Amino acid sequence: MIPGTLFYWIAFIFTALTAIFAAVMVITRRNPIHSAMFLILNFLCIAVLYLLLNSQFIAIIQVMVYAGAIMMLVIFVIMLLSVEEEKRTYKIRLSPAKVIGVLLVVILFAQLIYGVAQKVVPGEWGEFTPERIAQIGEIKAVGGLLFTRYLFPFEVASILLLVGIIGAVILSKKER
Amino acid sequence: MLIKYVPVLFLLVFAIFFAVFAVFFSHILGPKRVNPVKAAPYECGMITLGPTHQTIPIKYYIIAMLFLIFDLEVIFLYPWAVVFRKLGLFGFVEMMIFIFVLLVGFIYVWKKGALEWE
Amino acid sequence: MELVYFLIEAAVKVVAVFSVLMLVVAYLTLAERKILGHIQVRYGPNRVGPFGLFQPIADGIKVFFKEEVIPAKADKPLFVIAPMISIVAALSLFAVIPFGDKIEIFGRTVTLTIADLDIGLLYIFGIASLGEYGIVLGGWSGYNKYGLIGALRAAAQMISYEVALGLSVMGVLMISGTLNLVEIVHKQAGGHWNVLYQPFAFIFYLVCALAEINRTPFDMPEADAELACGFNIEYSSMKFALFFMGEYAHLIAVCAIATTLFLGGWHGPFLPPSLSWIWFVVKTGILVYFCIWERGTFPRLRYDQIMKLGWKVLLPLALANIFFTGLIMVLV
Repeated sequence: MIPGTLFYWIAFIFTALTAIFAAVMVITRRNPIHSAMFLILNFLCIAVLYLLLNSQFIAIIQVMVYAGAIMMLVIFVIMLLSVEEEKRTYKIRLSPAKVIGVLLVVILFAQLIYGVAQKVVPGEWGEFTPERIAQIGEIKAVGGLLFTRYLFPFEVASILLLVGIIGAVILSKKER
Repeated sequence: MLIKYVPVLFLLVFAIFFAVFAVFFSHILGPKRVNPVKAAPYECGMITLGPTHQTIPIKYYIIAMLFLIFDLEVIFLYPWAVVFRKLGLFGFVEMMIFIFVLLVGFIYVWKKGALEWE
Repeated sequence: MELVYFLIEAAVKVVAVFSVLMLVVAYLTLAERKILGHIQVRYGPNRVGPFGLFQPIADGIKVFFKEEVIPAKADKPLFVIAPMISIVAALSLFAVIPFGDKIEIFGRTVTLTIADLDIGLLYIFGIASLGEYGIVLGGWSGYNKYGLIGALRAAAQMISYEVALGLSVMGVLMISGTLNLVEIVHKQAGGHWNVLYQPFAFIFYLVCALAEINRTPFDMPEADAELACGFNIEYSSMKFALFFMGEYAHLIAVCAIATTLFLGGWHGPFLPPSLSWIWFVVKTGILVYFCIWERGTFPRLRYDQIMKLGWKVLLPLALANIFFTGLIMVLV
């Protein structure tokens, strides 16, 4: 399936629309577990979009880490707090924060529309073209770069994860 | 490359159709004699007391959090394992440093007793 | 034209795998009851047909005509979707499993894999992690205390063992240098089965896999004695059957993956390449038999023991396995 073919566009538009639909459902559901389910659907759609961009590895990482691990944590937290249905409030109070928020959203959307409406910049092919990646294998390409050229960020990631571990324990464990 | 995923899509669609049709037909074919007692939560014949969705113990949260972090570690290991032969000793040492840092965290969690299930 | 042939081939393979799998799952339930019966000096089902051979068919028909009870307080959409997630995830696992070598049908070379993906193993772990939601939601949505406890236990247990499971296969990946399951099998040709080089990893994998599919001795989530069936307590009729089938399909899947990763997949003596899938079936069958046999042998572990085994024993041991594998590969 080559970018630009009919099938590619059908797949892209279907996935993109589903992702947007799921995103809207996430913020409109009143039951938090339902929101979480739609967020999983949204993550899965984004994984498919990565796949359409010829990136299998990132796609499956998206499924494993976001849809699998992070959402499991989110669901545990929802159950932990025992959040039931959100109450419906009819009065909308106007506060400065909301006004600024709406303004920022409008600016963001204007920028997005402006950016998309511009002629698409084709960009230059990098070192790893789809043909080259197909030749050496994507995982090998990722591994080859990550553990040589990007070695330092990779080792820093371990520190980040260490901080995460310590944070999780401090937040949730009482001193004895 | 993406053409390889079309059969996966086929299987997925097939499985979803199977699941939906199975539930749908059993819904049509089965009898429906609902009464309030039958639709009550099953608790070995006792009447349920209190709400079911209460707060759950925080230990589950710790497990989920630790899972998330160690899952990320495992994901870093996959590409490393695949290119391991090519990287040789250099790759071995750098991954052992990575694992060592996380091992420190693991020992901290262990000593803090977050892995105890009390 | 080639594309059309490819799509037809894919469709045929999907239908074939699905039908065979459903048949195997149906008879696996009978086999389990028979074998457990013999272990406990009983007969097992023997009324429907000779040796009870039509029992799965009778069960299948019965399940369609049972009343479906949806508890009044249940979260109805999630309650209905949860078993579907479970079965769809379990069936999707079979997309990347290589059942046999290439064979020639109608002058066309056909690989006995639905999809030969470069990230095959990661695909399996990704889909398996999605399947966990079926169990969590099933227990949560029924609004039953036993169900909720069962679901939480299942989720915590599965995510704990997922880490050790991922670490235990790492040694195989280091030796094979690929995530593609077909290539992993090819690398084991000529008797170089990975189990010979990674015997400990194989044992870790089996233990973690049993915990992943919530099987005895790790069946705490559905501990009959205290939770009265656990997460699927409120389910009846077809929705219960979907959970049940999903569980058995998952069992077959983990055994098939163990065969692929450790036991040389379809490789074996005596058989021509076109019949090599028989070896795959035999090896997977032996592992499935092991899973049934150990159910009749081991007592259930306590929940704190399960978590301790996962985090404090299997995780460090699997890391040590990676360390020593790497050390030996670098030095030799």
